[in-house]
Amino acid sequence: MKFEIKECEKTPRITKLVDDLFKKMPQIEHYRAVLYTDSFRSTEGEPTVLRKAKAFYNVCKNIPIVIRDNELIVGANSVSPRSCPTFPEFSFEWLESEFDTVSTRSADPFEISDESKAALREVHKYWKGRTTSELATAYMAPEARRAFEHNMFTPGNYFYNGVGHVTVQYDTVIYKGLDYVIERAASELDKANFGDADFACRSAFLKAVIVSCEAVKIYASRYSELANSMAAKESDPARKAELSAIAGRCARVPAKPARGFAEACQAFWFVQQLLQLESSGHSISPGRFDQYMYPLYEADLKSGRITRDAAQELIDCIFVKLNDLNKVRDAASAEGFAGYSLFQNMIVGGQNADGIDVTNDLSVMCIVASKHVMLPQPSLSIRVWNGSPHELLIKAAELTRTGVGLPAYYNDEVVIPSLISRGLTMADARNYNIIGCVEPQCPGKTDGWHDAAFFNMCRPLEMVFSRGIDKGEQVGLDTGDVSALDTYEKFRDAYVKQMNYAIELLVNADNAIDRAHMERAPLAFESCLVDDCIARGKTVQEGGAVYNFTGPQGFGVANMGDALYAVKTLVYDKKKFTIEELQRALYYNFGNLTEARAADITADVVRAMQASGKKVSEKDIPAILGSVFASLDANEKQRYADIKSMIDDVTHFGNDDDTVDAFAREAAYMYTRPLETYRNPRGGMFQAGLYPVSANVPLGAQTGATPDGRYAYVPVADGVSPTAGRDTNGPTATANSVSKLDHFIASNGTLFNQKFHPSALAGREGLEKFVALIRTYFDKKGSHMQFNVVSRETLLDAQKHPENYKHLVVRVAGYSALFTTLSRSLQDDIINRTEQAWGN
Amino acid sequence: MTDNETKGRIFDIQRYSIHDGRGIRTIVFLKGCVLRCRWCCNPESQRYDIETMRTQDGVKTMGRDVTVGEVLEVVERDRGYYRRSGGGITLSGGESLCQPEFALSLLRESKSRGISTAIESMGCAEWETINKLLPYIDQYLLDIKHTNHEKHREFTGRSNELMMENARKIAASGLTELTVRVPVVPSFNASEEEIASIARFADSLGNVAGLHLLPYHRLGQDKYAGLGRDYTMADIVPPTREFMERLLETAKKNCNLHCQIGG
Repeated sequence: MKFEIKECEKTPRITKLVDDLFKKMPQIEHYRAVLYTDSFRSTEGEPTVLRKAKAFYNVCKNIPIVIRDNELIVGANSVSPRSCPTFPEFSFEWLESEFDTVSTRSADPFEISDESKAALREVHKYWKGRTTSELATAYMAPEARRAFEHNMFTPGNYFYNGVGHVTVQYDTVIYKGLDYVIERAASELDKANFGDADFACRSAFLKAVIVSCEAVKIYASRYSELANSMAAKESDPARKAELSAIAGRCARVPAKPARGFAEACQAFWFVQQLLQLESSGHSISPGRFDQYMYPLYEADLKSGRITRDAAQELIDCIFVKLNDLNKVRDAASAEGFAGYSLFQNMIVGGQNADGIDVTNDLSVMCIVASKHVMLPQPSLSIRVWNGSPHELLIKAAELTRTGVGLPAYYNDEVVIPSLISRGLTMADARNYNIIGCVEPQCPGKTDGWHDAAFFNMCRPLEMVFSRGIDKGEQVGLDTGDVSALDTYEKFRDAYVKQMNYAIELLVNADNAIDRAHMERAPLAFESCLVDDCIARGKTVQEGGAVYNFTGPQGFGVANMGDALYAVKTLVYDKKKFTIEELQRALYYNFGNLTEARAADITADVVRAMQASGKKVSEKDIPAILGSVFASLDANEKQRYADIKSMIDDVTHFGNDDDTVDAFAREAAYMYTRPLETYRNPRGGMFQAGLYPVSANVPLGAQTGATPDGRYAYVPVADGVSPTAGRDTNGPTATANSVSKLDHFIASNGTLFNQKFHPSALAGREGLEKFVALIRTYFDKKGSHMQFNVVSRETLLDAQKHPENYKHLVVRVAGYSALFTTLSRSLQDDIINRTEQAWGN
Repeated sequence: MTDNETKGRIFDIQRYSIHDGRGIRTIVFLKGCVLRCRWCCNPESQRYDIETMRTQDGVKTMGRDVTVGEVLEVVERDRGYYRRSGGGITLSGGESLCQPEFALSLLRESKSRGISTAIESMGCAEWETINKLLPYIDQYLLDIKHTNHEKHREFTGRSNELMMENARKIAASGLTELTVRVPVVPSFNASEEEIASIARFADSLGNVAGLHLLPYHRLGQDKYAGLGRDYTMADIVPPTREFMERLLETAKKNCNLHCQIGG
């Protein structure tokens, strides 16, 4: 495949579109919820899949539509930019209870008008008792529900929302059109025999497909009419022509095949947007955009119907639009997915089904588009393998150098065999793309249920020390008093038992939610663009996809590897302190009785008093709190602090030390191996991911002190990365450690973050060395890598919180230093120079 | 005794070094130096004796005795990165030539293991010493600080005749790729005239791959206090980027070498 490394200019239109996007705070809009509910009220008694298709139709036909100034690609899920509709059919109680706080909360605030509040309150009355989350709760074993409530794991994403996490067949819509899909569904309907066992489900689904595709066609034709009427009123001849062209495109696609690149862009966008109006699932990922768009781009370019510059502008427009979509989450989830992100992952480069590198002009243009818009969406990814063109990686590294955090780099050499080990064919595995954060799958054929839950690997270890009791309730197993664990092997086995039990409960919770989506959230539009739903006559939610998985993501690998190693070394081998001493040291947070920790200990004391029949009232609390503080004498406090120092002094994961790194590898297996023995209701298997999104922070805040020297309630380690500040031998040592984990078994993705100072990427030589670092990590079979090129802001934060940045290497003019070990004045020197450091 | 068993004294090994030679490198800092440059950013490198230095993380012992085998165990860990980037091991200091046996064993053993080698050095040793090492040095990063003997003596403690002569011999040997590096230090050599003179000298050597101008920085300042020494350069301000650009132009005008700012 021939391609040219070339950077087209950013047009003034793109600047304006981006500026307009951020003029107002995001709003919560009620239109969709009202229209959707209206339809549901009129279809009682009909099959669910058809009711949902009809509701979607009512939304597409009547929701207010808008063409924003300067847009070339049109279609918006909200009237106001970056705003969102709501989806009460999945859950609504959290939203109603947060009506008055959602605009002021710290993570991802939204405004909501009184009118919208009133409309939504009215709508919510209908959904009481009818949501997926209510059914999921009913299906869950009480033990699983309790574990969920106690933050052993958090399947909140699909519990409250749609699933999303899919890449559909955009190519079918672009090259064949929705009329083709409708015809196909109609002909399958014709073929169905009245006597077929599945006639009822099959026919209801196929009818729902037709209704849903008609809904999308109507929506597009409304845009055509709107563009025409706006063109008629437009005085600027240039804009008038643009509006007329928009009208023409919307009259054609997505019903009929696209005749050129611009029509393909519009067809792509309607699908991308409306999948997110059908359901609230996020991570609807465009996938291999550079591949399925290329034939039309190439044809247009050859026939002179488009220039590279004009195509670049259209791609830039799509990138802006991807940031126009938004979603409101409950306050807790918003912290776990912070940054208004919809995780629409687009991936460029890599091999085709035959194993040939298919990097093309569009691969380059997508990287350039990210540089033009400098926005978080799409989550741009790049596939890297031994045959990747060096120049493409250099171009990607240039984007990394801007500090935008994109692209993420993926290793074909790990992802492909890993997917094959999960039952994909070689051709399907080679054609993989990434969903959401880091989750690989075959586009158009998979319901991956990636992101199925956050699983905190630290919590089961807490249960070893508490005999499974958390806040007075039996949440984990009772593995006996720790004093009985007189060998490391017994200690380790107790952790494994707690892990296995928590994993089983996680599976129970996920499968309950899965079942609820199957019954209450069958999605016809999404399903008609995923193989093999139409032929099988069932939705994705009912197991219609070729490949079905459930992928809950564990995090805390580094903490648990370090903890197991520290316990083995200090308690059992060197006998520096006993396991009971460690138990108390953890309970008293290594002698650091913070207010939060003291409050939790007080609550334990109160529960114990109540259990023994004593009455405790509010006014007794201060005295109890005082006694908690008093109960820890100075010697004891010092002893616990010493225990922490001893732990801090043993070696930790992330420093290329084979001994401790082997413990981290084993800790990861304790999550990944049991999980793959379970099945989901769609007929697929569970597969582990090792990544936290941003949940390592809020879920860390629910986790007590751990034997790796981590204080209570501070963040847990991020993905497969070492604990922040524990890796002190530089990026190659860190990468070596991380590569010693088994990335193949974590087939739902691993996430490795590294931080760099911009000077490390300075000049062509800096880019070359950066690419060499990625290549080497990938040679060592790491699967994913992403980079924070530290900004001035980060360095300022590092001055405030040096404990989080111990590993941050700054490089200035040939000299390297750990930033936090420099004096304040020299740090200031470096901060002042940071922004000049590029490209020397 | 095999090369692996040769002992020497180092004060640090730094992995992922990207500004000191080709590719991604591991720098081994040998302890001990013949010069006492006033601006030295690694003052803990100057004495051969093991000493203690106060840092923000407490008092640290600077210097430890190790074998070549122990050093290369660390160096080997990044072999994959060297292969992908064209990097390898770099000996730095101090002046590596102050421990000639150790330096020779390190370089020869690295080469025999297929690891590319570089040395950062002033060339301040008897020619015989350097000559023995040359077959095992892929890249020689040679400091030329000044062309004026007196000024050199004033700021570094020694005159530069031997170093300039060695520079000629290293270039003439054809055994290594020679790059000339100039620390640009205000009050010492940061003038157009002085840089021009160094550039002309570098050009006259023949066989030089490039000339690197390294702007003075103050990052070693804290260490002087930590070692209980005075930092006499405290009031010297690092050269501005614009000034460095001007000196780069000067250098280019006075030689036919590839010139750049930074390593």
